[in-house]
Amino acid sequence: MENILDMTIMQVRELLRKREISSVELTNYFLERIAKYDGEISSYLRVTGEYALKTAKEADEKIAGGGTGQLLGIPLGIKDIYCTKGIETTCASQILRGFVPPYDATVIKRLKDEGYVHLGRLNMDEFAMGSSTENSSFQTTKNPWDLSRIPGGSSGGSAAATAAGLCIASIGTDTGGSIRQPASLCGVVGMKPTYGRVSRYGLVAFASSLDQIGPITRNVSDCAVMMNVIAGHDPMDSTSIPQPAPDYTASLGKDIKGLKIGIPKEYFRDGMEADVKKEMDASIALFERQGASVVDISLPHTEYAVATYYIICTAEASSNLARYDGVKYGLRESGKDIIDMYKKTRFKGFGKEVKRRIILGTYVLSSGYYDAYYRKASKVRTLIRKDFDDAFRTCDIIVTPVSPTTAFRIGEKMEDPLAMYLSDIFTIPVNLAGLPGMSVPCGLDNKGLPIGLQIIGKPLDEALMIRAAYVFEAERKVEKIPERYKEKSVSR
Amino acid sequence: MKIDKGVVEYVAHLGRLALEPHEIELYTAQLNSILEYMDTLNALDTEGVEATSHAIPVACVLRDDQAKDSFAVVDSTMNAPQKIGSSFKVPPIIEVEE
Repeated sequence: MENILDMTIMQVRELLRKREISSVELTNYFLERIAKYDGEISSYLRVTGEYALKTAKEADEKIAGGGTGQLLGIPLGIKDIYCTKGIETTCASQILRGFVPPYDATVIKRLKDEGYVHLGRLNMDEFAMGSSTENSSFQTTKNPWDLSRIPGGSSGGSAAATAAGLCIASIGTDTGGSIRQPASLCGVVGMKPTYGRVSRYGLVAFASSLDQIGPITRNVSDCAVMMNVIAGHDPMDSTSIPQPAPDYTASLGKDIKGLKIGIPKEYFRDGMEADVKKEMDASIALFERQGASVVDISLPHTEYAVATYYIICTAEASSNLARYDGVKYGLRESGKDIIDMYKKTRFKGFGKEVKRRIILGTYVLSSGYYDAYYRKASKVRTLIRKDFDDAFRTCDIIVTPVSPTTAFRIGEKMEDPLAMYLSDIFTIPVNLAGLPGMSVPCGLDNKGLPIGLQIIGKPLDEALMIRAAYVFEAERKVEKIPERYKEKSVSR
Repeated sequence: MKIDKGVVEYVAHLGRLALEPHEIELYTAQLNSILEYMDTLNALDTEGVEATSHAIPVACVLRDDQAKDSFAVVDSTMNAPQKIGSSFKVPPIIEVEE
């Protein structure tokens, strides 16, 4: 029996179809792995074993009756940020502890329609605010490649669980790099689609003009399969792009001859670790050997992206998080009047970073400062978008590192929020411009920690990015699962 | 110093957050360094540049005005921390003269 963890979703689906394995067996296999390994990784907030086995059994019955589905019987891990009917959804915040949504997010509905199995809820930074998952109010997730290090964030639980083989794949969200950065630091594939490509209906909102949902997987093929399920127009999200999504698996196996790859000089400056630079150079050379050509480009406003982003995202967060008022759901503290009740509830329910961002966001939107901060940042955002528009006149995709460094140590940046914010310097501009971005493993550093290559595409050009990533992955074989979490065969 | 403790307290009030004295100290120091960093934007001339609020063109989406089923009241209020029957219960909003 080949190792399930090395297979693609399409291969596992084939085993299920031929009844060589059942979804119940597959689900039990992952539940056993979670029981065995997640004590030290802490990627799952809650495991929904009973529900998983019930849906796995239903999947097996469907398969026996000739039923099909792109994810029929496939066990996935879900970031704890999507409203899922009947399943506690907390966003890793005390203020939402015990919240059981009465409806499904569109993404969850789409996964259900394709027959997925829900293994459990994955840890994240509280309300997706953070780059290390240390801002979870429940637990600190460890990087499976080195348990003393952070897995990245905010989708750190999703990336760590995928890297350690505690699910077949997972989904995350990316507002400033929250899919790509943890995918990079944990050595897995992560895709942030074009803004509007995937419906945000039912997603707990952080910064609505930047948030986007995407898959975290162990290989590019699975990324394509997951994109096929989640991408597409949804009338329930007014920012959803009203265009049908293509079949992303059609991109797998096509060559990249003649592809023009832009390399932005602003991303290759001081502050990048030597091993990251080395792997970037090797990756660019690999693309050239596959028939692509390299174009030097400039994104001159890159240095302003982090400041712009933290003004816009905190402004949007401060208004989005106004809904946590102790009235409709979640935590409620008593107060002498309604304002006092709001203040005490929010004091107790929100963690440090969330409060910091609410204060910052309220400040940049407040009377007298709006023009100097929020309006200014919105204008700089236009310049950053224009940088990409100009660059894409001479190239088809842009290649950069995802992060200037590999995974840092737990606690290393917790006391210095600005240092933490700056770790997202290469991913943030992509969100500001609404573009699709992808992280693909491209090597390990001298400490054995994963390095990720970022592919940035034109709007709605995810198919071309998947095509380039698939070629890259086939040529640059990188270990996806740390030695400690490998297994030889599935228990049957 | 760009902002002092008084500003942080005021903004926290606007954001409906109670803060401990040590949090006010901490946030004042941290927000000052963050806002100083944000001032790097002032180096850019943005005169005449249009502001971007959405990266993709977002149009006003309309749908037909048709009546259809919505959430049942029991579902809408199922997570309320306090309720009376099918209503959300909140502290008094309008003060009553005694």
